[in-house]
Amino acid sequence: METVHAIELKHITKRFGKVVANDGIDLAIDRGEILSLLGENGSGKTTLMNMLSGIYLPDEGEILADGKPVTIRSPKDAFAHGIGMIHQHYKLVEVFTAAENIALGLKGKDHDRKAVAAQVQAISDKYGFGIDPNKKVYDMSVSEKQTVEIVKVLYRGAEILILDEPTAVLTPQETERLFDILRAMKADGKAIVIITHKLHEVMALSDKVAVLRKGKYIGTVNTCDTNPQKLTEMMVGHAVTLNIDRPQAKYKDLRLEVKGLNCRSGEGVSVLKDISFQAFGGEILGIAGIAGSGQKELLEAVAGLQKAESGHIFYYPPHPNSDIAGHHVPVDKAGEELVGKTPGQIRKVGVSLAFVPEDRLGMGLVGGMGMVDNMMLKTYKDTPGPLVDRKAPKALAEKLIDELEIVTPGVATPVRRLSGGNVQKVLVGREIASTPTVLMTAYPVRGLDINSSYTIYRLLNEQKMKGVAVLLVGEDLDVLLELCDRILVLCGGQVSGIVDGPAATKEQVGLLMTHVGGGKEAGSDA
Amino acid sequence: MSVNSNAVLLLIMAAVLNGVPLLYGTLGEILSEKAGNLNLGVEGMMFMGGAMGLGAAFYFEGAGGTSGVLAVILALFFAFLGGAIGALIYSFLTITLRANQNVTGLALAIFGTGAGQFIGEYMRVTSGGYVAVSNNLKAVFLNSPFPAALQELPVVGPLLFGHSIFLYLGIVLTVGMHLFLNKSKAGLSLRAVGESPATADAAGVNVTRYKYLATVIGGGISAIGGMVYIMTIASCVWNHEALSGEGWLAVALVIFCLWRPLNAIWGSILFGALMILYQRLHLGFIPDELYKILPYVVTVIVLIFTSLRNSKDKQPPNSLGLPYFREER
Amino acid sequence: MHESHTPLIRLAKRDGMPKGQVWAIRGASFLAAILISALIFLLMGHNPFGAFGTMVGGSLGKPTAIRQTVKIAVPLLGTALAIAPCFKMRFWNIGAEGQITAGAVGASYFALFWADKLPGPMLLVVMAVAGAICGGLWALVPAFFKAKWGTNETLFTLMMNYIMIGVVKWLQGGPWEGRPGSQIIPQFDSAAVLPKVLGVHCGWIIVLILTVAMFFYMKYTKQGYEIAVIGESENTARYAGMNVGRIIMRTMFLSGAIAGLVGFIVASGADNTLYSGVAAGVGFTAITVAWLAQLNPFAMVGISVLLAVLDKGADTLQTQLSVPASISDIITGIFLFCMLGCEFFINYRLILRGGHKEVAES
Repeated sequence: METVHAIELKHITKRFGKVVANDGIDLAIDRGEILSLLGENGSGKTTLMNMLSGIYLPDEGEILADGKPVTIRSPKDAFAHGIGMIHQHYKLVEVFTAAENIALGLKGKDHDRKAVAAQVQAISDKYGFGIDPNKKVYDMSVSEKQTVEIVKVLYRGAEILILDEPTAVLTPQETERLFDILRAMKADGKAIVIITHKLHEVMALSDKVAVLRKGKYIGTVNTCDTNPQKLTEMMVGHAVTLNIDRPQAKYKDLRLEVKGLNCRSGEGVSVLKDISFQAFGGEILGIAGIAGSGQKELLEAVAGLQKAESGHIFYYPPHPNSDIAGHHVPVDKAGEELVGKTPGQIRKVGVSLAFVPEDRLGMGLVGGMGMVDNMMLKTYKDTPGPLVDRKAPKALAEKLIDELEIVTPGVATPVRRLSGGNVQKVLVGREIASTPTVLMTAYPVRGLDINSSYTIYRLLNEQKMKGVAVLLVGEDLDVLLELCDRILVLCGGQVSGIVDGPAATKEQVGLLMTHVGGGKEAGSDA
Repeated sequence: MSVNSNAVLLLIMAAVLNGVPLLYGTLGEILSEKAGNLNLGVEGMMFMGGAMGLGAAFYFEGAGGTSGVLAVILALFFAFLGGAIGALIYSFLTITLRANQNVTGLALAIFGTGAGQFIGEYMRVTSGGYVAVSNNLKAVFLNSPFPAALQELPVVGPLLFGHSIFLYLGIVLTVGMHLFLNKSKAGLSLRAVGESPATADAAGVNVTRYKYLATVIGGGISAIGGMVYIMTIASCVWNHEALSGEGWLAVALVIFCLWRPLNAIWGSILFGALMILYQRLHLGFIPDELYKILPYVVTVIVLIFTSLRNSKDKQPPNSLGLPYFREER
Repeated sequence: MHESHTPLIRLAKRDGMPKGQVWAIRGASFLAAILISALIFLLMGHNPFGAFGTMVGGSLGKPTAIRQTVKIAVPLLGTALAIAPCFKMRFWNIGAEGQITAGAVGASYFALFWADKLPGPMLLVVMAVAGAICGGLWALVPAFFKAKWGTNETLFTLMMNYIMIGVVKWLQGGPWEGRPGSQIIPQFDSAAVLPKVLGVHCGWIIVLILTVAMFFYMKYTKQGYEIAVIGESENTARYAGMNVGRIIMRTMFLSGAIAGLVGFIVASGADNTLYSGVAAGVGFTAITVAWLAQLNPFAMVGISVLLAVLDKGADTLQTQLSVPASISDIITGIFLFCMLGCEFFINYRLILRGGHKEVAES
């Protein structure tokens, strides 16, 4: 017999220009169940769900709600069908209070401010949120903002909740709390969809898993009938080893020493407090922390982009004879002070920074320019005369395309038009090509599919084996734990601990992320 | 009453007279900017409003109309219509066709000043060289609507009851706009559209409709300012020389008021005072012409101070000047 | 049955349209502008063909007319060139009006008080340099505050226009006044007047040289590259180690200097004196020229000539058909609206309902 699903998608197709984002997808969502929508970045998960939340219209296909065909033209239509989506980038007005955000767009007398506040309280009590309706969003933490988003959707009577990568910015502890809430909602008979590419979350939380690959629907399985290995194969299309290499370098040289570093932001807020650590050539030093704990500022300070208020950053150049294969000469020179140098001087010393911001472009690359112009971004001043020389950058661009298998119509095509993986290869490739001795990179695999991610990990390991000191800011703790030799954990702009990569556990790092010294220095300090 | 306090009173009266057109110009632009549309065409819309408002009163009287109230209503209506048409062109280009707001606003300023000037001249030429409105009608526009007894009270009489009807209408409009923006649901939606259209859209607010309505109504309100200028300060004669610059001052005032309608009341009176200070408070060492640039200098200083203060509540609407396209990727 | 239908028209972004199609759309917008203008002529009771004929004849019909048209196009082109680097940097300099005026003031100072002390050609060079420096410094003020505290430049530069125009009004009626009470600054000495080439002051040669120079500057110099990077993303520029504040100030100085040079050309070549209307709205119109040309200096030549033709043509309409001169602003506005609007059809695709087959049976 035919069961009626809360939502059923039939042969949904969506194109953006020439790109087919969703290709004839079928999917069913049921009440009282948590469904994981699993797929690599770019596989079309968010696009598909955006058609349920009224952001996009499908080009072809049909959506059924409770067995009846519906057209969802706008988010308003979506609410009318009880569909609420919590987007990855929160849709909140920063200068409004929580209550104002929740009341936004609602009509009718029963939604005046008092009623909203009362009902928000009721929802909070039911699922155990703590939320102050009169707090302005710009004063909230990431987790609080997410709570407001969820309450907003529930307030509108959503029966079907879609969460897009909800844990990306949460600590392990906050993630657990969120999962408890989602389980309570499931028990309450709501249908829940979480979009994710993290396998352990899928296994921990969901009842069913639907997998997408390159815009196509692969299939739905019961979570209890599968395992991470099988799911990965469905996602990627072939068997993949899930282990990340951690080769050991023969020698480790002290390369960078930060002592008592303090920084203030433009608004005068202290963003780095008394930071001290060492980084060695031949190792990858991971940097972990909740988003906005000072990771960005730390890298910027070392690169000379953030003014140090006090403290020192010493750089120890490798011995000139150390490069000769198999021949290692320890560093003998005294450290060179980097504080007070310009970004250009620091780059020439050999310190390089590749930062991949949330929107990928906008910090390391110029989206509207081709590869050639991007290659010379940091070196254009090195040639004499007032004119730019595009010969060397052009050669470099061609070399990178060749070596890293970058897919682009040409060296002049704006990098914005390239796919995410290729954009990141351009960025990391350029930094590596400058033969740095310290390579700092932040979120280099942000938004990449598994294969591309592994390419980047391989590149980082290669650099490490060449004796480069690699500093890696990452958001995925599992990856940091597998890849890094040591992990420095930041909390509120302070170093809350430095743990040994192979020995540390996720819980330990998670605790350090929220409490300074909370993890009882269990991992050794190298 | 001493001579000195009499001079102060006269200064205040003149400041209010000169401030009222700015009040309308500013209020309209605040509404537009709150929805995220920086319409630099205020100057053009005020020209259109001024010319059409004058035309309405002039032709109404020419057709034998005698009711002063009706003349005021017609002038208000046609001035509003003139500005609304200008703002509609702007809205269509920037909201539907997503053209750059700065450039479109400037094009509207060029077009609107031309159109206003054209209508003004056309009326002058067709009516035989001079657009004349009867003194009676002029008085209706310029004089206070309150009974003489109230106006003749010492000090408070002129101060509170001695202004043209447009001040009182303007204050009602200001308070109304304040309540609308800060207390009503539609106002909340409108502000959300200006701060973050994607958020408003996801919450089910019709972004396009709000943007259109706010900009078109705002344009109409701004244009009323041009009509008020022509019908009160310029004594019902088309005078584009005098009117020019008013629209840009209104744009400046929006910043000065930090996008808050209530501030526009005292802000516009202050600007009105700055504009005529050279006539009332003559200081030998500052030449008149340099006096006249005071409003602009003050705006610049305010601009610098707001950028220094960096308070989240005192910033322009976050999406000001940016187009919105839901399916942006 | 569907409870509601998909919208009648939907939008999608499109990237890359064939060149021919792009120009077809631009041509269509041009045609639309002509049609709307024709409609306005009809409403006014003029034969549109006659009116357009008068406009074209009056602006391009005979050598003297062409000279007049060129004279109008010169400051437009020069100022559009001045604005280009700022706009490329996404620095919305709408203060060209004031920068032109400032430049004219600087040049006029030497024209009025140094004419007898400097030899002819030397005087002109000094005037040009003074104009450029004054324009540049005037532009530097908002740039400084933008670089230092992020002060909104759109509104700052706008205010600076009226401040400078006020200053000239003061000069006109005060220290530089000619006959007392006249409110007019005396005519320049003939040595301070730009020489004519082919019947038009040689400013046209200067702006044509500037056109090529600006194209070269934006495309091939390091400074041009820096400007482009900042325009795309200030953060990227900062990450590349560029001193963003300094580049903003340098570029604004350059922009103001070119506008100031235009001020010198207008005061010396066209007006032969200084008055508060020296910029005459050119600073604003030039912004639309620069934008419509998509910051390409060569395209600016064409657009500024087009606007000059409209302007001069409308002038002829006024003398021959006694149409108010303000018709020129109206028609310019219509052309700008149409050309601004047409870019939409180049960047977006409209999808009509029914474009795709949909199966509605269930």
